[in-house]
Amino acid sequence: MVHIPPPLEIHDLTVSYDRKPVLYGVDVVVEAGSLVGVVGPNGAGKSTLIKTIMGIVQPNGGWVKIFGQPYRKAVTRVGYVPQRESVDWDFPVSVMDVVLMGRYGHAGLMRRVSKRDRRIASECLEKVNMQPFSDRQIGNLSGGQQQRVFLARALAQESDLYLMDEPFAGVDAATETAIVELLRDLKERGKTLIVVHHDLSSAREYFDKLMLLNMRLVAYGEMEETFTPDLLQKTYGGRLTILSDVAGQAAGRSEFEEEGNPKL
Amino acid sequence: MREEFFPTFDYGSVFVDPWWSGFESTFQVVLMGFFVCLACGVIGNFVVARRLALVGDAISHSLLPGIAIAFVFTSSRSLPAMLIGAAVAGVLTTVLIELIHRKSRVKPDAAIGIVFTTLFAVGVVIISIWLDNVHLDADCVLYGEIGLVPLRESFILGGANLGPLPIATMGAVALLDILLVIVFYRVLLVTSFDAGLARSLGMPVNTTHYGLMIALALTIVAAFEAVGVVLVVAMLIFPAVTAGFFFERLPALLFGVAPLSLAYSLGGFHLAKWLDCSIAGAMVVTAGALFVVAWFFGPKGGLVYRSRALGFLFTASKQKISPQIVG
Repeated sequence: MVHIPPPLEIHDLTVSYDRKPVLYGVDVVVEAGSLVGVVGPNGAGKSTLIKTIMGIVQPNGGWVKIFGQPYRKAVTRVGYVPQRESVDWDFPVSVMDVVLMGRYGHAGLMRRVSKRDRRIASECLEKVNMQPFSDRQIGNLSGGQQQRVFLARALAQESDLYLMDEPFAGVDAATETAIVELLRDLKERGKTLIVVHHDLSSAREYFDKLMLLNMRLVAYGEMEETFTPDLLQKTYGGRLTILSDVAGQAAGRSEFEEEGNPKL
Repeated sequence: MREEFFPTFDYGSVFVDPWWSGFESTFQVVLMGFFVCLACGVIGNFVVARRLALVGDAISHSLLPGIAIAFVFTSSRSLPAMLIGAAVAGVLTTVLIELIHRKSRVKPDAAIGIVFTTLFAVGVVIISIWLDNVHLDADCVLYGEIGLVPLRESFILGGANLGPLPIATMGAVALLDILLVIVFYRVLLVTSFDAGLARSLGMPVNTTHYGLMIALALTIVAAFEAVGVVLVVAMLIFPAVTAGFFFERLPALLFGVAPLSLAYSLGGFHLAKWLDCSIAGAMVVTAGALFVVAWFFGPKGGLVYRSRALGFLFTASKQKISPQIVG
């Protein structure tokens, strides 16, 4: 029997900044074709987890394997959507330039961008409905449009595993819908998606699986098994009072779902 | 103190005579100015894009101890020693700034201020102790003396006289900078725009940063004889920000460096001829004037285009395309 390595395997991962621990002994295996939401309170280490998986942050202990390989060898199989605020949007590049950056992993450092790269980048912009903006300077875009450009860039990476850091943060409703559709579409095509998310109330609707994180991995699994008052209480601790309607949701009291989305 | 600030403008003596009677030295000064602006402008585009303009300023000042120490060790103005000293000082500056910023609560701008003033002061101390009687005078370090460049010893390569040594060096550095940018364009672009993505693509982010800082230090040391450590900062920043009012993509900004360099160099030279003043100073004044023109009339974000009165011209040509909702 041929053993196919999972897209993401994390073993006993510990990370700290300036001796302050951020993540402790995280152990998890994510199966192919999963659409995973990573949730937890502020400072739970969600972004750090993503950055450590990508090798941007070095762990103090433990290891990460991408398709059974260390990250360096799997670079082209991973697509990345950083937080929107992490870049300078006044930078002198056009929308197309940004999306083409997603092709650099495939193109190698020296080879020129080919016609094929351009075509793929253009198709990816089409998918997020940003094609008409391809020559615009990125500073002239709205927040939602900027996020779509980042998504198009990740699509252009043509990866098998996607890591997204708060793609829903500060976007308009139309973009939010567009992102959800895109995530579904990628999942249908057998891609694995790990998405950091700040809004617990919409998490249940958007994802199939949850990774509950608060410095330690509280739980990981199917939505029905993880979206429970018990586990959410464990993840958010005392702060669950502000989550009362979310907890109600978890307990299956559907009337609370009609109300607005409480932001955490 | 002379009688009038503006001498009578005489077209002949300002524009014609320098090229007619002293062609060689005029050509050499203008060429040197062009090379300085070209090299600084190319590197400066990345410095500005990375929001490191103040680091450029810091490096330019902290080169002084590097050059002074190299001078003490070799007791000559040997170019390789000075280049090495400058490169070491340049890298040391960036390393120290980052170290102080990361390992303490000191904010980055304060860290820059601490590092460059300290290193500059060390340079001043070294010069005043050991090099008091040597020709490395402060005026030259601060403002440069581009007008004296044609008088420097010639650079002879294989029997061919390639002109004064500073010009040959500056030309070589400009060429090196351009080649580096062409070869490493993608790495420079991605690491400058999105270091996270660059790391995730396996690009050497830190190496690129220090490589850029070394190139910056070499460029500044090659340029400082002509324009000094203070004015060189203008040449780093002006081409990028001025072109930014006309173009919105990095390649266009980089191509914009060449015509701007020519304008700064020629404009500065003739302005200096007219006012009978420092050529390097006049070059920076020209650069400043061109910046103001661009700031007012540049099509990308210039004041005139932004003003409400003229806004209708702008909106008519640039209609907003409304985003469609997916699904």
